[in-house]
Amino acid sequence: NVSFLQFLLLTADIISTVEFNQSGELLATGDKGGRVVIFQQEQESKNKLQCRGEYNVYSTFQSHEPEFDYLKSLEIEEKINKIRWLPQKNAAHFLLSTNDKTIKLWKISERDKRPEGYNLKEEDGRYRDPNTVTTLRVPVFRPMDLMVEASPRRVFANAHTYHINSISVNSDCETYLSADDLRVNLWHLEITDRSFNIVDIKPANMEDLTEVITAAEFHPNQCNTFVYSSSKGTIRLCDMRAAALCDSHAKLFEEPEDPNNRSFFSEIISSISDVKFSHSGRYMMTRDYLSVKIWDLNMESRPVETYQVHEYLRSKLCSLYENDCIFDKFECCWNGNDSVVMTGSYNNFFRMFDRGYQQDMTLEASRENSKLRSVLKPRKVSTGGKRKKDEISVDSLDFNKKILHTAWHPLDNIIAVATTNNLYIFQDKLN
Amino acid sequence: MFPKGTKRKFSDSGEEAVSSGDQGPASPSVAARTLSSSYSLQRQSLLDMSLIKLQLCHMLVEPNLCRSVLIANTVRQIQEEMTQDGTWQIMTQALAAAQCPTDRLVATEVLCRQTDAAAQAGQSPKPYSVVGVEEGYHSEEVVMEGDVETDVTMSTLSPVSPQLSSASYLAGPFGMGPCWEEEEEDGECEEEEEEDSEECVSEGEEGDGDHLSADSRTGEQVFGTFEIKHPAPPPDPALEELFSDVDPSYYDLDTVLTGMQSAPKMGPYDLLDSLSSHGPTALSSSSSCRSDLNELDHIMEIIVGS
Repeated sequence: NVSFLQFLLLTADIISTVEFNQSGELLATGDKGGRVVIFQQEQESKNKLQCRGEYNVYSTFQSHEPEFDYLKSLEIEEKINKIRWLPQKNAAHFLLSTNDKTIKLWKISERDKRPEGYNLKEEDGRYRDPNTVTTLRVPVFRPMDLMVEASPRRVFANAHTYHINSISVNSDCETYLSADDLRVNLWHLEITDRSFNIVDIKPANMEDLTEVITAAEFHPNQCNTFVYSSSKGTIRLCDMRAAALCDSHAKLFEEPEDPNNRSFFSEIISSISDVKFSHSGRYMMTRDYLSVKIWDLNMESRPVETYQVHEYLRSKLCSLYENDCIFDKFECCWNGNDSVVMTGSYNNFFRMFDRGYQQDMTLEASRENSKLRSVLKPRKVSTGGKRKKDEISVDSLDFNKKILHTAWHPLDNIIAVATTNNLYIFQDKLN
Repeated sequence: MFPKGTKRKFSDSGEEAVSSGDQGPASPSVAARTLSSSYSLQRQSLLDMSLIKLQLCHMLVEPNLCRSVLIANTVRQIQEEMTQDGTWQIMTQALAAAQCPTDRLVATEVLCRQTDAAAQAGQSPKPYSVVGVEEGYHSEEVVMEGDVETDVTMSTLSPVSPQLSSASYLAGPFGMGPCWEEEEEDGECEEEEEEDSEECVSEGEEGDGDHLSADSRTGEQVFGTFEIKHPAPPPDPALEELFSDVDPSYYDLDTVLTGMQSAPKMGPYDLLDSLSSHGPTALSSSSSCRSDLNELDHIMEIIVGS
């Protein structure tokens, strides 16, 4: 049992994605306004209260701008759908950020020295009068205040007719995939004018369309393997060595429907909103509307573990359909050693499931209920008739407060949780 | 497998329509499946809600394809069940019987409402999707017949112009306006544009529901909003030429939703798409709408050459 400390980091435009880099030192967020904000963890703090550094703003930049498609007379939103970090190779950091249509590769680099002592220019940039130049000197680098610059290095555009929902960097660090509602494309990081289409589920007649792609991800270790999930609750694992077009899957993961729970909403709630491989590469996790499922890649017939996120919503599906909440796309994540999984819910609740101890916990990200740096108290939703003290009844849940995006530090017990406008960092309390 | 009708359960809460839940292994008899009126009412209500959801779409941003597909699948599911029950046939017959011919276009009503909303926003009362329509429609013509362009666009600029009708409601479940395919699928695209326009001028089913209020829950009223009215005669021979070859029987909602048409030129998504209305909330909800309205007005001015 771990208790968590809470830090409130950011109040922003609606946060649309959260992602740690591979070392956990950097945390990137994207928002609805097309901005990316990157936080950096301080070096080990001397403060005795916490042994880990805090996260402070490291860089902010405008990644995407709104565009207007004149042909269709429609706006292309600048909202950042996903950010994925590239593994670090040198001093600079690289990330991919995408909106509905365009993916961009950004380089984030530090500058803490600048050259001084030019021959022809003054320090402020004005050109010196040539008559005053009597000696020659070599400019030298002098320290300056740290400046973090973000520059776009590649723009991968015009490859998606439909809205991009996922990007995933391959373990080969040379290629990455991007997926929209009907297609998955493979890119080389160096090449922007071409991409390979590797999955296409668009039917010949759009009126025959009954299923869309909801998420896709590369296997963490096998560079030839990726998965994509669908709105019908299936996951297909594909091997790029088998064929150029991976329309036929190598494996199909699908759990048979429970006939007792069948309703008009069955298909909608089975739609998978997120799929994530475990760090080990042996398992994958899927999130549908009411549950989180862990699949063993060797077994296609059913998941090995299923965790109910908010089963008490099952009797409310019609209302949730009416207010569109049933279409909310929740993400999920693994902790560093794949022993705990986490996902968000409503009322600013988020849930953790410990696979080893078979325990679950509900926590709340809220400014009102917790002071900064206080220990989080577990929450409970009362489902029965009697509501105990401190429990919250289903009818008083706020469905406008939803936690769709969460991220877990790859090496440590630090999590980032995004409510609609705020980003929270929680660290487990070290005693 | 279990027949579909036996597994439903009514929700306890009165306000909810059809909800999920398990009924346990219910009796498979046909008697059990000639459902209680409460269940059919709930199911009908769910159908209405779903159809309205497909109709009401964001004006400026492409709607979510996944959501649209899921809703459409739900509609299909309900419709399949209703067909099995025989209620579907009853409903469509009732609709066919309840027609009253009128010259007014359903969409014109909504057009005016939209005009009001636009006027409230302080903008010129042109439904801005018209710009997209025109540009989409005449993308070929613009290239080839520069002279015609101005005339045609001018004639379709007036806000209450009947031939705009349902063609001006672009953003349907799949997004899209007359041209929602990629450039390489231009041929298909243009065909769809023609379909959209064709609906204005063809005689389709007629109904009387001229309000697209989300409160109307009865099947007739909801389905009434999908009816296409007989419009005023089209002023432009060029437009009429575009519309010449569409099969009018396609606009039977029945065939649309069951997709039974042998060679459909438009999918159910396209039909719903072109008939969709746009609540004023979509207009006023985003401040970016205004700048885009400005932008579009500007573009229109340039095209019109005023």
